[in-house]
Amino acid sequence: MSAPIVVYVPRDAAALAVEADAVAQAIERIADERGLSVQVVRNGSRGLLWLEPLVEVTTPAGRVAYGPVAPEDVAGLFDAGWLTGAEHPLHQGLTEEIPYLKQQERLTFARVGVTDPLSLHDYAAHGGLTGLKRALAMEPGHIIDEMVTSGLRGRGGAAFPTGIKWKTVAGSPSDQKYIVCNADEGDSGTFADRLLMEGDPYVLIEGMTIAGLAVGATYGYIYVRSEYPHAIETLEAAITRARTVGWLGNDVHGSGRRFDLEVRKGAGAYICGEETSLLESLEGKRGVVRAKPPLPAISGLFGKPTVINNVISLATVPIILAKGAAYYRDYGVGRSHGTLPFQLAGNLKQGGLVEKAFGLSLRDLLYEFGGGSASGRPLRAVQVGGPLGAYLPESQWDVPLDYEAYIQISAMIGHGGLVAFDDTVDMARMARYAMEFCAIESCGKCTPCRIGSTRGVETIDKIAAGGANPQQRAQQVHLLRDLCDTMMGGSLCALGGMAPYPVLSALNHFPQDFGIESSQPAAHAA
Amino acid sequence: MHQREAKSDLASSGGARGGKMALDAAQASATPAIAATARILAQLKDQPGPLLPVLHAVQHELGCIPAEAVQTIAEALNLSRAEVHGVITFYPHFRSEPAARHTLEVCRAESCQSMGGEHLAAHARAKLGCDFHASAPDGSFTLEPVYCLGLCAQSPAVMIDGQPHARVTPDKLDRLLARAQETTA
Repeated sequence: MSAPIVVYVPRDAAALAVEADAVAQAIERIADERGLSVQVVRNGSRGLLWLEPLVEVTTPAGRVAYGPVAPEDVAGLFDAGWLTGAEHPLHQGLTEEIPYLKQQERLTFARVGVTDPLSLHDYAAHGGLTGLKRALAMEPGHIIDEMVTSGLRGRGGAAFPTGIKWKTVAGSPSDQKYIVCNADEGDSGTFADRLLMEGDPYVLIEGMTIAGLAVGATYGYIYVRSEYPHAIETLEAAITRARTVGWLGNDVHGSGRRFDLEVRKGAGAYICGEETSLLESLEGKRGVVRAKPPLPAISGLFGKPTVINNVISLATVPIILAKGAAYYRDYGVGRSHGTLPFQLAGNLKQGGLVEKAFGLSLRDLLYEFGGGSASGRPLRAVQVGGPLGAYLPESQWDVPLDYEAYIQISAMIGHGGLVAFDDTVDMARMARYAMEFCAIESCGKCTPCRIGSTRGVETIDKIAAGGANPQQRAQQVHLLRDLCDTMMGGSLCALGGMAPYPVLSALNHFPQDFGIESSQPAAHAA
Repeated sequence: MHQREAKSDLASSGGARGGKMALDAAQASATPAIAATARILAQLKDQPGPLLPVLHAVQHELGCIPAEAVQTIAEALNLSRAEVHGVITFYPHFRSEPAARHTLEVCRAESCQSMGGEHLAAHARAKLGCDFHASAPDGSFTLEPVYCLGLCAQSPAVMIDGQPHARVTPDKLDRLLARAQETTA
């Protein structure tokens, strides 16, 4: 009897949400009925989400993809001879040759979807631990130098240089320091953190361990939002296994160095994605924003020096150490080095994750990767960077994705999430939603955010109900701009400070949706 | 006799005393909710920043964080009842009253809106006969809004009893709700 044929069925939440468990069961049952030797491995998601569940069959030529596979398709796939990679309407060819995947530059996501997320063996066999092993042989200061040279900026959205943050923590003497991973991925249109935590948890553990070595921290917390139960489960299982084999604990990889970590669960508050609120939450308090200074790097969790980085930032550390700072830095444009996992969401035919170097355009992502709208109607607006990000009209879709270029057009790349809307979207309604979201999620500490967002909703309602009187409407628009100005200038954190971005961009680029002809200041040219 | 003393002690305290004595008293309590809370506290209270893990564990076991548990938590962690109450009410995940038999969370964020999420939300409200943050009159489902499940490339998405579902249409939602009710009828 020959060795079983390995069939991969993702168990990422995105696959589970479209019946991947039932597909896996059907494959095992039918293989059994037909006396075929099949081993089902539950991998992460490749991020080709319109094809989920994307099932891969291992053949001598490579892994062959079929998708999206429904449970009722499985018998037909066996009939067609899919175990040898045969043709079928769901046949996508060799996975690695699918253009959507082939055209990517996968550094941080190199293993996601390829391996069994919890297999220690898979992790090590696919390049895992190389970075950590190098770091263990380095002086802490040298590790930080590598991070600075790599040009990595925080992938959570604020884009602060990671190496500089680490240097501040390393230079703050203390008996205890912490590494905190911000896994409170609350922005609509973003799912890269979740895909990574569910698809390659050890890379995050490795990245946090390296951070600990670099700054002298011996303990870490991963703060995961409660909306991600599968990510929490995967991380907890990975941490337990890593501890068992000595990848975590008092003697990390036999080095005599100590590092351990645990998962903490959030409780549904968007604001806890803001780093100081997150610290308050970890300390067991309401997630109310702290005034800075002091910086968390100097006085963070429990008053101790703390590195707070996003999931993708920390998960990118191992490859920087493994391949060297220059290798990573040479991807990208200008001061935007390396790659970003862009997340294509909303009204797109081919939504999913695209890891690419900075510098491509939104248009490339929307059409070359995204395949245009899912509804078949023309695309009209794209919100980039989450609920606090600007809505970009088509005239701006050719601006290169580069942190500085986006700041120039009053937008932000943020976490790399983009949500596409077709021409049925009502932009006044989206602007209202942005204010409403801010009102719902405000922590309440500062007045511009707490009160301003509520008044913002009311003012947009007045504009919408403005009737035939253009003068009254103009007055309300003026008031709304004034209010946005106050929120931007007077809020303690990005929630109140950036909620005006979607509002103003909607007003500037889509004035007709507010019942006004054009809006001062004149719409920006691309 | 001992129990009675303990209970009156708890009722009169402002929560500043903290520590083992209060926990022992609570553990001996006749109320199952308080006894369970005390057991959870004994396990978790010594870790740094224990309040959220404690609240999660209590809600997991009791289905909510009942008012009677608040004082026990406050005493054990050396907090005021107001502080504990403040934390419970700050976080949308925590509830003071039990939910219905099943929970339906409908994503209301931008990505789902771009794919008909508001229409789906309206359908869910009509189907269950209740608004968000409320339960269907027959006690079958509690309806909650959620702002992103991380399934944005397959919008619109919902979560039913912790299980995610993507590319949901009104028809598909009806089938999913029926299936959930069958599983624990």
